Amino acid sequence: MKSLHGTAGMLAVVVAVCGCSRQHKAAPAPQATAVGSALVVSSGDKQLGPAGAPLGQPLVMQVNDDQGNGVTGALVMFTGPAGVKFDPSELLTDSSGQVSTNLTLGNTSGRYQLTAVTNNKAGHALPVQVPELAAGYQEELGYQVQRTYCSRCHNPESTPEQVSNHDNLSVPPHSFDQGDTYNKLSDADLTAIIGHGGPAMNLSVLMPPYGKTLTKAEIQAVIAYIRLVSDPPYQAPGLVYAKQ
Amino acid sequence: MRTPNKLWNSWRGLFRDPIRPFGISSALLLIVLAIAPAKNHFSEWRHYQRGYLKLIRNRPDALVLQRHFEPGIHQIWLPDLGVVDRCETCHLGLTETSLGDIRMQPWSRHPVIPHSMQQFGCVICHRGQGAATTVAAAHDSTLSPDEPILPARYDEASCGQCHHVALEGTPTLNQGREILARYGCVRCHAIKLPDGSAEQPTDEPPPLTHIADKTTREWIYAWLKDPKSYAASATMPNFLLSDDDARDISAFLIANSVAESGDTATLKVASATNADPAAGASLYGESFCASCHATQNAAGNLVGGDLGPELTAVGTKVKPEWLTAWLRDPKTYDGATSMPHYRFTDQQLALLSGFLESKTNSDLLANVHLDAATPEQLAHGKQLVEEYGCAACHEIRGVSRPDNYGPELSRVGSKPVAQLVFTTGMAETLPAYLSNKIERPRSFGPGLHMPQYTFTPAQVDALTTALLSLTDRSYTLPAKMRIAAVQQTAYEPAGRAGHLMTDLNCMACHRINGHGGDMAPDLTWEGSSVQKQWLDAFLKNPNTLRPALIRRMPRFNLTDEERATLTDYMMTVYQNPTIDRDAMPLRGYLPAMVEHGRELFYGKYACQSCHMVDPAQDKGYIGPPLSAVGSRLNAEWIFLWLKNPQQLRPGTIEPDRDMSDDDAHALTAFLMMQTGSGNKGAGK
Repeated sequence: MKSLHGTAGMLAVVVAVCGCSRQHKAAPAPQATAVGSALVVSSGDKQLGPAGAPLGQPLVMQVNDDQGNGVTGALVMFTGPAGVKFDPSELLTDSSGQVSTNLTLGNTSGRYQLTAVTNNKAGHALPVQVPELAAGYQEELGYQVQRTYCSRCHNPESTPEQVSNHDNLSVPPHSFDQGDTYNKLSDADLTAIIGHGGPAMNLSVLMPPYGKTLTKAEIQAVIAYIRLVSDPPYQAPGLVYAKQ
Repeated sequence: MRTPNKLWNSWRGLFRDPIRPFGISSALLLIVLAIAPAKNHFSEWRHYQRGYLKLIRNRPDALVLQRHFEPGIHQIWLPDLGVVDRCETCHLGLTETSLGDIRMQPWSRHPVIPHSMQQFGCVICHRGQGAATTVAAAHDSTLSPDEPILPARYDEASCGQCHHVALEGTPTLNQGREILARYGCVRCHAIKLPDGSAEQPTDEPPPLTHIADKTTREWIYAWLKDPKSYAASATMPNFLLSDDDARDISAFLIANSVAESGDTATLKVASATNADPAAGASLYGESFCASCHATQNAAGNLVGGDLGPELTAVGTKVKPEWLTAWLRDPKTYDGATSMPHYRFTDQQLALLSGFLESKTNSDLLANVHLDAATPEQLAHGKQLVEEYGCAACHEIRGVSRPDNYGPELSRVGSKPVAQLVFTTGMAETLPAYLSNKIERPRSFGPGLHMPQYTFTPAQVDALTTALLSLTDRSYTLPAKMRIAAVQQTAYEPAGRAGHLMTDLNCMACHRINGHGGDMAPDLTWEGSSVQKQWLDAFLKNPNTLRPALIRRMPRFNLTDEERATLTDYMMTVYQNPTIDRDAMPLRGYLPAMVEHGRELFYGKYACQSCHMVDPAQDKGYIGPPLSAVGSRLNAEWIFLWLKNPQQLRPGTIEPDRDMSDDDAHALTAFLMMQTGSGNKGAGK
């Protein structure tokens, strides 16, 4: 009976999936009334949000013609890895040539590479990759910790609500999204710098040690956050095995 | 004898050969015997275990992963917690750190969390049916209606079952709990916690007992119709009242109000606005009203704090005589207010009230025309006030505070789906029910009184998360697992100084001995920390210590005697019992030591990253400037602070440098020499 249940369940899933896809097809797909020659991101890319929750800002894309002016009525379609939800996933550009969609990322943390597509005059697809970041518990904790301790110097933007000393330091700290810098440093290197200060890795003395102020878990969380936001994306080193 | 013969013949006819029945029955038996192993073999979980093996087969770490893999049902059994979780039977990669790149369920790695799965299992956080061995039974609501898997966006709700204290890693839950307290939710809906305490509101709904002294019936009408039309940041929700209902409630509130002589004041000074139109605005700025009150700027953005009400159009709301009296001494009108008693002069009162009266919104009351109320309307107004539970938040003469006006929410996070009423088009789950209740409370049926709030989607999610944390499980888990919220103590400063501090509402911003706000520094050990002359000068003219801060301490125009009272009290009472503040001298350090301290400051410890000693050269403005720290702090305090800042002020972001006594001594000597030039004792 169990196997029967299983089969029935699988059948149900298949039917549901078919049903869903049919429903999607049944929904009136917007018809493009114009085409552009370029698709660009206006705002809402590289957002960081909790995994599984809607992102704070919508993703706004713009379709431009050859002169760089917005095109009204061009069809933009969004696709992404499993678990990503777009609301809506296909729509036409408005009078300023823009489309805006609300995003919900999947339940696992990490970098989500989304794709937005519009067609040009020749009917060729113009795909644009849009990265968005989903934070799990550790990245979320890292975000909070770095906001309290690190961003006061590492954030290049200084606002009245969140003042940053970045521009005043004789050796400006690296913003956490500078993957070119951080990706070269291993987790152990970063732990050493955070725990023992810049001199631990022959870097600036202006970076103080936080080994006695932050807990080990908090330092790991900050590293997880740095890994998540780094651009270009961080590739974790693979395991090395001896040849058999 | 014919019948058996016939039977035998037909039997023989069926099989021809007498040996065949044995063959067939053996085959049947085999099939029957095979059902059980086949059922096992084709079970869902085996399917996933085979899929996992296929997934890891060609990975470089296959050998390690295969060695970790064990076929069969896996189970975490924790009798204390009531957990029997077989989730790891299919979710095989949860603890494999090398599977970080796998996003495919059910094999992906579990993100890093502070708890071990072997200690807590899965369902405590994710809900669902842990003992089930099929996908549908474990996850879906169809077979287990009462506890389906919790959607990932509400995960932090599960932390809140044990952690009643705000955790750094659960911002959504913390925000939700703040909303529960700040928007008055818990004034109508009781939320009792497993340890017997209850969620306490943090808002300050004003009493309405003498409202007519303060404002007009027309304003009350417009406010009742839509609080947001008056102030974008209003925390009062919209009760979606009809024109007639708003008319009757406003009539009742005005008629029910009792005039008090102290509520209004007229000034004898000549109209102050003639002097300088900008003087009022600059007094508003100098008094740091914006630390607590927000106003909308020209761009439509709210600027300022949220401790007090928004003042964008306050001139449309309050009566001038009331405003003057309020600014003169707010405690006369509302004894429980957080507004400090500034000691404004009559001239200042005229300036400030003139400035605030000029902040108006002419559209708000343009179309409000109310005729004198009839006795029926007044009676109806009172009836509505009782019906809508206004007295749950506001003090209203003649209307008693309703107990449990709304349903209790102590265990709403475990409410069975069968008990919920869904509207059409809504997902039939508890989280969907709760978020819809928050977003559209009146759509669930006629006759409901829950008002309409205007929350952003993120706030709705946060509030839903906080409600989902109120589960049955939070009551049944062992008590030792519960981490209680930090409760405010009942500390109140005593004596004449205490009376003065209550009058100034110091504790609206400062925390002392575990009681008070968190906008300004904790003053529990202020007497050990600062020098007396500095404190006196600071109270006379509080320049901010941190130029980067936009919230600042206002100047209260204290008399010499008042300042002396406060300074004496704080220097005597707010001392850390383990610190002898005179253990190190204020002056007279050896030049060599001072010089060594300078080298340490700029070299080894690079304090100039965050602090300034020489304002012309240093640029660190994250920490307080130290150019006059030698006239502000005691040497012993500096020394102990350098040794371990978090011990003196938990949570300070100054890193603990693990400093040796010698280094700390030298730095203290250097810092004590920084007395500020030409501005001694002023703290700047």
